[in-house]
Amino acid sequence: MKSVGGAGGGQNGNRTRVRLIVQNLACRRSGRRIFAGLGFSLGAGEALMVTGRNGAGKSSLLAMLSGRLKPDAGVIRVEDVGEATLAECLHVVGHRDGLKSALTAEENLVFARDLLGAPTASPRDALEAMGLVHALRLPVGYLSAGQRRRVALARLLVCRRPLWLLDEPTAALDTASQAVLSGLMARHRAEGGLVIAATHMPIGLDDARELRIAPPSPAQPVAETEDWA
Amino acid sequence: MIRVFAALVRRDLRLASRVGGSGALSLVFFLMIVALVPFALGPDLNLLSRIGPAILWLSAVLATLIGLDRIFQADEEDGSLDLMTASPAPLELVVLAKVLAHWLTTGLPLALASPLFGLLVALSPTAMAATALTLLIGTPALTFIGAVGAALTASIRRGGLILAIVVIPLMIPVLIFGVSAAEAALGGTVPFATPLTILGALSLIAAVVGTLASAAALRWSE
Repeated sequence: MKSVGGAGGGQNGNRTRVRLIVQNLACRRSGRRIFAGLGFSLGAGEALMVTGRNGAGKSSLLAMLSGRLKPDAGVIRVEDVGEATLAECLHVVGHRDGLKSALTAEENLVFARDLLGAPTASPRDALEAMGLVHALRLPVGYLSAGQRRRVALARLLVCRRPLWLLDEPTAALDTASQAVLSGLMARHRAEGGLVIAATHMPIGLDDARELRIAPPSPAQPVAETEDWA
Repeated sequence: MIRVFAALVRRDLRLASRVGGSGALSLVFFLMIVALVPFALGPDLNLLSRIGPAILWLSAVLATLIGLDRIFQADEEDGSLDLMTASPAPLELVVLAKVLAHWLTTGLPLALASPLFGLLVALSPTAMAATALTLLIGTPALTFIGAVGAALTASIRRGGLILAIVVIPLMIPVLIFGVSAAEAALGGTVPFATPLTILGALSLIAAVVGTLASAAALRWSE
């Protein structure tokens, strides 16, 4: 088994050289084809904005990338990460923030750091970067939605992982925190990290590529007849 | 690996001790059931002391179910489970840590408190010691069996009842050997060690099968 700090190929240098390749991905949920034939490839320092209307499959795409959902067809693979698997390369911040309300922000972050490995910043520094250092010893249950989201985003800083998957990262964030977040993403990309964000609005990812998930048109045969339940 | 394991156990113990955790709940529930029995049966001390070990074991089985449904469900709901699958540690280790933490907050206090509760059903000192020992050895099996049901119902709302229905039949062998070991200590044809070793074997088997099956169920539900 791998020891501490295995995730990410960039332990020796500051830059990671990760590549994420997705080919011909198809998604099916409860028998209905959500999207098909989706493909992209991201190199070090690149960012991808996933857009599309509600229900187009943005979150499903992220769930597949994080390994929580099995693709109906297609390949997802990472290159140049040593023996780490895809799940060990990524940070996920989504609607379900993975924070325990009864624990303080610090306890939550310490737990995440111990669990994920490859620690970089201390929970205190990470919260300071998110402007929430006063919440260090406050149970997360007392925080507002935006503050919770900032604690979840602070997790991106406590351990180093090359691929960030962000689902609506700016939801509930105020403008100052949005600026902090775009600064973090810029720094992460400058270090060779990858960012994939599903969003409806511009989130300060300049020169990011855009992947628009088109709604399945009824004219094209997106679902075989027997699947329409 | 050990760091991840320790972090998980530490977190779950801390959660159990905070508001909303099920820390002392199962112990109180255990006390309730044991205390109800003498009211139902009447003050016949001979009868009570004869069926005492069985009552304690039955209460232990029911008390184990308290909070069991939340082992994985709470983490599934708030997204912590996603965090755990992203850990370099295998899911089996995660399950093992969580079940161990749950046993430390339910099974262990239950076994340790059972001599005290044995007073309520007029157990003799030997029977108290024997029941406590069998509970100590047998409750891990109950928790591990229950964990499989908890993993299967993790993504179902109000899965607690389904959990009980799925899991209780599987706990019958543990109950049989637990009670018979406790009663063998009070005399009889069967030596004390025979059912006790079988009980130990059941716990070990449940630890292996329960861990693997729970991890598989959690993966499958994704």
